Amino acid sequence: MSLPDVKPPTFPPPYPAGAPRFLPGAVVQVKKGPAPGHIRTPWYLRGKTGRIERICGAFGNPEELAYGRPGGTMPLYRVRFTMEEVWGDGTERSDDTIDAEIFEHWLEAANAT
Amino acid sequence: MPHDHHHSPRDFRPDNDTPLTYWQQMEIAVRELLIEKGVTTPGEITAQIDKMDARSPALGAEIVARAWTDPEYKQRLLENGSAAAEEMGAILDAVKLVVVENTESVHNVIVCTLCSCYPRNIIGLPPDWYKTRAYRSRTVKEPRKVLGEFGLDLPDSVQVRVHDSTADMRYLVLPAQPEGTEGWSAEQLAGLVTRDSMIGVAVPKPA
Repeated sequence: MSLPDVKPPTFPPPYPAGAPRFLPGAVVQVKKGPAPGHIRTPWYLRGKTGRIERICGAFGNPEELAYGRPGGTMPLYRVRFTMEEVWGDGTERSDDTIDAEIFEHWLEAANAT
Repeated sequence: MPHDHHHSPRDFRPDNDTPLTYWQQMEIAVRELLIEKGVTTPGEITAQIDKMDARSPALGAEIVARAWTDPEYKQRLLENGSAAAEEMGAILDAVKLVVVENTESVHNVIVCTLCSCYPRNIIGLPPDWYKTRAYRSRTVKEPRKVLGEFGLDLPDSVQVRVHDSTADMRYLVLPAQPEGTEGWSAEQLAGLVTRDSMIGVAVPKPA
């Protein structure tokens, strides 16, 4: 597993975040596999492990909003992944990174080893 | 008089003689219904289109130039992009702006792999290439090659950070101030800041 360096922000999220389960720097794995509906978790990141870069705030769950259901809000994170973790060997540079916004229900705590 | 001059195929956009797509029909039907029911008017729709067309990278360039000349503003911009952009007169509506800073060792580039999310309120409508599958799929996989095709060859000492705009945030790159522009006014500096440098596929160059 290849994990990125993350320097946690020195400021709080600018939007109400509810009670987020993860803090910046935490190691998380994106849940694997397919899911039906309006999903904002890109396929290429499913099953990949990265670190929480920051807590964005809590926002409406697009998987509910897309169907006109109220849903409620859920913590949204920016998660940072290394190119090596996402694409394997042979990337342009293994420690270049991809940051993506992922909602909390797509993330599981993972170990740094 | 004969039609004796030559048009190359590039002179014309093809006439739109093809049937309307499903979504074009849907748009027209919904628009006409909303007008018929008095929810909106053609004038309001045109005014909204004008408002969208009037947005340009100029506002983003002013924001960047202020960040270069005012360290406290830069800090506010990095902490809460939307509030700091509003200080400069931007109308953010519900846009939540995250500003990412280029440094000597980090270069940021923005993409939306899922669709075409873009900070329109700050830098106007996205260029066509930003919405292509090629840019969207390649930027997350081989960003250095993509940037090279834009004419930006990054040294090995610089790490690339790709930001995939997947949900509620919108992104603006805060480029590094070009060397040799110390002491320039914010107005002069704003003239160096291009749209592409705020997407991260270019860097500002001194005039």
